Amino acid sequence: MAATAPVTQDMESCLLRPGNTNCGGCGMSTGLTMLGRALAEAHDTCTLVIPACCGIVTAGRFPTTSYGVPTIATTFASSAAVASGVASIRDLNGEPGQVICWAGDGGTYDIGLATLSAAAERNENIIYICYDNEIYGNTGGQRSSATPAGARTQTTPFGKAEGKKDIMSIMTAHRIPFAATLSIAHPEDFAQKITTALSVEGMRFLLIHSPCPTGWKSEPEDSVELVRTAVDSGLFPVYEVFDGANYRINISPSGADPAEYFEKQRRFRDDDVDLDAVRKSCAASTRRLRLMAEQFPHQ
Amino acid sequence: MSVQVITGNHAAGFALSAAGEANRTARGVACGIYPITPQTEIVEYVAKFPFSKGRVVPVESEHSAMAVTMGASISGARAFTASSANGLAYMAENVMVAGYYRLPIVMVAVNRTLGPPWNIWADQGDSLALRDFAWLQFYCETNQEVLDTTLLAFRLAEDRRIMLPVLLCMDAFIVSHTQTETEIPEQADVDRYLPDLDLPHRIRYDEARTLGGLAWPDEGLSSRLEIDEAMKRVPEVYNECRSAFAETFGHDPGAAVQTYGTDDADVVLVASSTMATTAREVVKQRREAGEKIGLAKIKMYRPFPAEDLRQACKTASRVAVLDRNYAAGAGGIFWQDTCVAFQGHRDDLLIQNYLTGLCGGDVTPAVIDEIIGDLTARNAVGEPVWMGINPGEEGE
Repeated sequence: MAATAPVTQDMESCLLRPGNTNCGGCGMSTGLTMLGRALAEAHDTCTLVIPACCGIVTAGRFPTTSYGVPTIATTFASSAAVASGVASIRDLNGEPGQVICWAGDGGTYDIGLATLSAAAERNENIIYICYDNEIYGNTGGQRSSATPAGARTQTTPFGKAEGKKDIMSIMTAHRIPFAATLSIAHPEDFAQKITTALSVEGMRFLLIHSPCPTGWKSEPEDSVELVRTAVDSGLFPVYEVFDGANYRINISPSGADPAEYFEKQRRFRDDDVDLDAVRKSCAASTRRLRLMAEQFPHQ
Repeated sequence: MSVQVITGNHAAGFALSAAGEANRTARGVACGIYPITPQTEIVEYVAKFPFSKGRVVPVESEHSAMAVTMGASISGARAFTASSANGLAYMAENVMVAGYYRLPIVMVAVNRTLGPPWNIWADQGDSLALRDFAWLQFYCETNQEVLDTTLLAFRLAEDRRIMLPVLLCMDAFIVSHTQTETEIPEQADVDRYLPDLDLPHRIRYDEARTLGGLAWPDEGLSSRLEIDEAMKRVPEVYNECRSAFAETFGHDPGAAVQTYGTDDADVVLVASSTMATTAREVVKQRREAGEKIGLAKIKMYRPFPAEDLRQACKTASRVAVLDRNYAAGAGGIFWQDTCVAFQGHRDDLLIQNYLTGLCGGDVTPAVIDEIIGDLTARNAVGEPVWMGINPGEEGE
């Protein structure tokens, strides 16, 4: 029960310091806290490499910073490449600590995808974490290729016609040592995945379903329950893939209906979402993952 | 030291690699590399170099090549890359960041025409499009100058008084692919010339500092002002690096502005890169015939060596600025900087712009003669003149 263990964190040296100006109910903030806790538990450290996104605004105004670890701001598309350089020099000098990219879905699914793919192909010794809030949040809420079908954003005012890109399939197709999805509604699993990532060398890709009350037009106090419903209904399957080949489902969907997920977010309106299609898609995705986990299990 | 017959690309590849190897006693070297004609041989050379403490990362784009290079530099390693033309344009965003992060990266640019229309020959428009990004820029004329200035660039960039990246340019094919006799220094001498890099603002795994946080206008302005102050120190530090180079390697890598026959010249040609080679030959012949004409070759373009250029044109009444580049709607880029250099100093000087050799056109002695003829026949300065174009000559 790593995530709930009574770890006392020094407020100066904790990964995300108190006093930052992130929105209430921000999944990214919770994710950063959980990441910091898991690193502290493992007595590990990290350098954060963050492209343009809410994650770098989190640092706040120079010369102060909300990050209690070394942090490098990069251009939007470049975090995986800058991290490759940082990790190279770390390894050449035999230094400790992880090099962790902390990027939003815009920087991962869209503008940074070629850079990320190349870093994965080279099997760079880095951890790439995408906090996926399914929107360009920092710029005020525009669609990305992670935005689900039906969602209204500033650039899809009548609901997005296209579905969400399956980034996990893209990343596992690179046959990287470790790829996993994480939910802030399941802190034990979250911590375990960080621990696993720390124990593996090479490219590790972690995808966090990250609620954004500002962009999702949801209530901050609903954030955790929303992503929990996403897990229960199979909308956001929680699983891990080793070497792009061996699957393990970590949290089995309970079969809950996804309707509640959509009802509690005002980015979805009455006729924008075809719930039957969503239910079918969830069932198909769950079935596919179960088959993979059965046929190609992680031992 | 040995003398070998090598290309400009080979000279650059050697110098980058030797400089990187020299940092093996410190935090090592790393770079991102990506091919583009005509610089590809440079990154190929680097990829084959057996670094004692280094890593060459073959990436998927120029944008990432500079990103990897920056990541290495931020970590305190020596770092470099090379590119050309549209590759430099694609890289531009990260080029700018390297400047504003005060990273002492050295990049070699083989000047090639920006497409379209697609063309692989010499044109300075690519590197000059990056002129405002807080990088020093040098334009080299020969393979030896490329090798020497590349080595010097690291010492200059890494000087605590400067801490800015350097872009080092040579003409496509005319230098990059032409073999000439070149003095190759020993690694031990390169080691002596380039001390271990100690980047003061490098990221350390045990220090919680954020590089690149938000800045309000006052802090942003201060960071720009500091770059301006560093740029102003460049001429002095450059000459120190030159002297140290001559002591170590036995020859001078060349002044920021290199003059020929300007002491008594009435007419001065201002040129850069290989245009200067041709112009120098023409000037030489004309001086032998008794003409008071000189050449000022601009080697250092950023910071712009205004004072040196004013000195070079002290006795002149007419100046022709040759530009193998064109800022659309404004004229030649070296010409614009030259005009600014004389603003408030020499209101009597006629500074005429000649756009020539663009898109890889040959700047022959006949073109230089035509320029001199036009300049000396003038009573007043005019619009930039396009020179050396022969429409319809080919393909008929």
